[in-house]
Formats: sequence, C-alpha cells, structure tokens
Amino acid sequence: MFALALLLVAVVWELYKWLGPEDGGTVFGLNIIPRADDRAMPHVWQMFARFAQPERRGSDHPVFLAVVAGAWFSLRLALTGFVLGTLVGLALAILMARFRVVERGLLPYLVVSQTVPLIALAPLVVSWGGKLQLGGFEWPRWLSASVMGAFLAFFPVAVGTLKGLTTTPPASLELMDSYAASWRQTLFKVRFPAAVPYLIPAMKLAATSSVVGVVVAELSTGLSGGIGRLIIEYARQATGDPPKVFTAVIGAAVLGMLMAGLVALLDRRLMRNRPREAVE
Amino acid sequence: MSVEAERRSAVEIRAMSKVFNAGRPNAIQALVGIDLAIELGEFVTLIGPSGCGKSTQLRLIANLLEPTNGEVFVNGKPARRARLDQDYGMAFQQAGLFEWRSVAKNIELPLELKGWDKPKRRTRALEMLELVKLPEFADHYPWQLSGGMQQRVAIARALAVSPPLLLMDEPFGALDEMTREHMQGELLRICHETATTVVFVTHSIPEAVYLSTRVVVMSPRPGRITQVIDVDLGARRDVETREANAFFAKVTEVREALRGVGGRGPDDVADLGPGIEDR
Repeated sequence: MFALALLLVAVVWELYKWLGPEDGGTVFGLNIIPRADDRAMPHVWQMFARFAQPERRGSDHPVFLAVVAGAWFSLRLALTGFVLGTLVGLALAILMARFRVVERGLLPYLVVSQTVPLIALAPLVVSWGGKLQLGGFEWPRWLSASVMGAFLAFFPVAVGTLKGLTTTPPASLELMDSYAASWRQTLFKVRFPAAVPYLIPAMKLAATSSVVGVVVAELSTGLSGGIGRLIIEYARQATGDPPKVFTAVIGAAVLGMLMAGLVALLDRRLMRNRPREAVE
Repeated sequence: MSVEAERRSAVEIRAMSKVFNAGRPNAIQALVGIDLAIELGEFVTLIGPSGCGKSTQLRLIANLLEPTNGEVFVNGKPARRARLDQDYGMAFQQAGLFEWRSVAKNIELPLELKGWDKPKRRTRALEMLELVKLPEFADHYPWQLSGGMQQRVAIARALAVSPPLLLMDEPFGALDEMTREHMQGELLRICHETATTVVFVTHSIPEAVYLSTRVVVMSPRPGRITQVIDVDLGARRDVETREANAFFAKVTEVREALRGVGGRGPDDVADLGPGIEDR
C-alpha cells in the first residue's frame, strides 16, 4: 500500500512534468503555476541516479553516502528532541490534569509558544545555551537543534495526553474511588493506560515535528553535519545540478518517515491486546 | 444504639439526606429522611422510578458521595472508614473492565492496590474465576468476552478482596433477558457460597423479588423510602421459584407499592448520581 502511494507520487510528478508548462504560468497575474522544466523539476529517475554519482566532480564519494551521513546525524538530534519533547509534554499534561489551575494558567501560553517563528527562536536558543553554566556541563551546539525539535514535539504530546487523561470514563474513576485508590495509583493504573489511544497520534505528530524542528534549527543556526545543512548546500548548486538538492530532500523525508515508523512500532506494542476499534 | 448492635448491621443509615448543589439556585433534594438497617446475610434491593435517588443512596453507602445530613455506617464503621478498609465491593451497570488488562489482571486490580504480591494475586484471581465459572478465560481480554461474561468478571473483581458487602448498581441492566435470569441465579449462588451481604439497585420488579430478602421501594421528588417489603421465598431459589404463586404475589405487591409512588410523570428526571445513566 505504502509502496503504491510512493509510486503514485512519482507518477503524478512525471505527469505534471510532461503536461505542465515549461515556463510556469500565471493565474490572475500571480505566478503560481510551477515550471516544469528540467531545472525546477528533474525527472524522478535523475534524482535517484544522482544518489549513486559522486558528490563533487572528481571525488569518488557518492551523494548517497553524504545523504545517509547527514540523515543519521539529524536522526540522532531529532530522536533526542523527540524524547525530550515527549517527556516534557507528558509532564505538563500530568501537571495540567492534576491541577485545573495549572491548565487554565498554562495552556494559553503553550498555544502561544507554538506561534513563535522557529527561525527567530533558534539563534536565541543557541546563544542561551552557550551562556548556560551547569557545573562542568558544556552546552554542545547540536543540543540547541534538539531543543528546537523538542520545542515542536512537546506541544502535541501535552495537548493529546491532557485530553486523554481528562476523558477517563467517570465510571472507571468511581471504581478507583471505591478502592480508595490514591491519585497517583489512579493515574498509573487507569488514567494513563486509558490515554494511550490519544497519546499515540500525538506522538506521531511529535516525531515528525521534531525532524522539522531539527532541520530548521540546522538551517538557521548554521549547524553543519545534518540533512538540513545538506539541503542548503545542495540548493546552492541547483542551477548547475538540479537533481542533487532533491536527494537531500528525499533524505529528509525518509528521516521523517523513520521517526513516524518508530512510533508505529510503539503503537503496536502498546495496543497489542486492545480491541481494534480502540485504535484511533 | 450500642456499638455491639452496630456491629451486627452490614449497613446502617440514620436520618440521612442528600442535596446536590446545596445553597445554589440549582440545588436538588435527592434524598430525604432515609433510615435503613441492613443485617448481615441479607439481600436488599432498592427499587423505584427514575429520580428516586436509589443510585445516589448506593453511592452514599459506598462513600462515593457524602451525605448532607445524617450518618451512614458500613460494617459497623463510618462509611468513609469502610471504604478505606475496602469493606465492600462494587459492580456497576457497565462491567467497567479495563480493556488493556487481561481478565485475571482485571480481577487482580483491587489486590494490587492493597499491595498483595504477584503470585498471591494470581492465585486469588484464579480462585475467583473458578467461583464465577470462567476458569479458562484468565488470559483473555475483556473485549473477547460476551456482556454476561464481562459482568461475571466484574463480580469476581468486586469480591476479590472478600468484602462482607457487595454493592451493585443495575449490574444486569444491559443484559438480555435470558442471560439476565441466568446471572441472577449465579449471583445468588455466589453470595451463598461467600456469605456476602448485597445491596442491589434495579428497575426490574421480577429481578428484585427473585433476588431479595427485602425490597426497599422508593419514590422520587424528593427521593425517600415509601415501603419495605419482606420477601419470604426461602433461601434456595431456582427456576421453579419464578413460576410459584408466592413469587407472582410478591411481584404484584411490589408493583402496587410502586404504582402508589408514581414516577411516570412528564417531568420524570434521570437519576441523580453524577455520571450515572439511569434508564
């Protein structure tokens, strides 16, 4: 199914390239119809062929290896960001579920936090991180990128988990009351397991968002080594070597899918004994 | 009343009343002037039209709600103490099993909360499954079970800590008639085997008569007890009990007592327990 969907994208791409106007077009004076020439839209096979060709003229280092290395670098940052963001999101959700006051006071700020442009925030985080003194701990540059990933990742987790924690069936809570269970026991034995179906889609969102956060942070802070950096670098060469930038873009997309796939595995593990209807 | 006498009662309610949203414009007098003593080994049913506060009364016994006035004693202790000591088990209309726990794990839940160790819990859960005649379903999951089977598991869970008292809020309300009658028989058997006192809320007159040693008839607006009917059909009840003339006579008696209290009015409201569906 998934392979078919990918194939469909390739077919649509090629179809547009074949039928679309070479020089693009205008609608009501706006230049919005994409150009279909080889520079703007290289053939799908050209992109894949580019993977195997050397990164620079005269080198025997194929683009493929550069993209994999970049993706691996960014993957580690994104994973760190994802885990960090998920933990923060869970903690905030539990806090908000426990104390209504916190929810009323905090939630609006969480929403506002997501409207702050990431590009503006990233350099700030880098400079804050640089000034941070925690004993012997020195803030590595890459951690700023992970923090940006976490910054995007925590939000869906916090909101989704909060929803899950606060929609526990009243009868379940009444049952736990009849057992004289503590809030903490109720949280771990009932509220939290009942929230898992809400948590999984939120984490899927968080996983892909953390990739976006990391890539954007790489771009705006000039952190080198990751896939985001490659996209910039290759885009500069797009005039002479149009398919090259697409190899990095595909690499970033695969990265996002890997992260989402990771959550899908978690989903299968957590929901393995539950009825089908309960899944999403 | 002496402490000695209190001990003998499974449940003792004295001059209890309950007002929801007290002091606010939307205050509702849910129960007024409730006096009721339930002795050990009794099977007492609360019956009445919607809005008569029978589910509320059950929740007051369970200390899931606090009375506005009056006192509630369970097992000779204040209701709150009894809840903390898990002196009662409870079963609801929805079996309320947790879908992420296996059948055995569901039964183990109250034991977990009490801090029992794992092997002891498992042994107890298997004993309880034996009692409700579902021994082969320990490692199934609730959604793999029929409604009646789920309700048995809920009863097993309620009785897992061997409480002297079982509180049931329309536990068979969602079951079909045949399963329902079968479950009634099973419930009586289980209660005999475990010597459990039961307080049972229902809408069904035959169910009340078949199960009970006493039927408490309640009326709405405000909820109160209008009549208490002794049901002397003997301790052992079976299929023939349902076809005996004495049974029909009791059903008629309860029905007439209920007719006296009305409750088919146009402003017939839902029962007043929070979050409780009462049909």
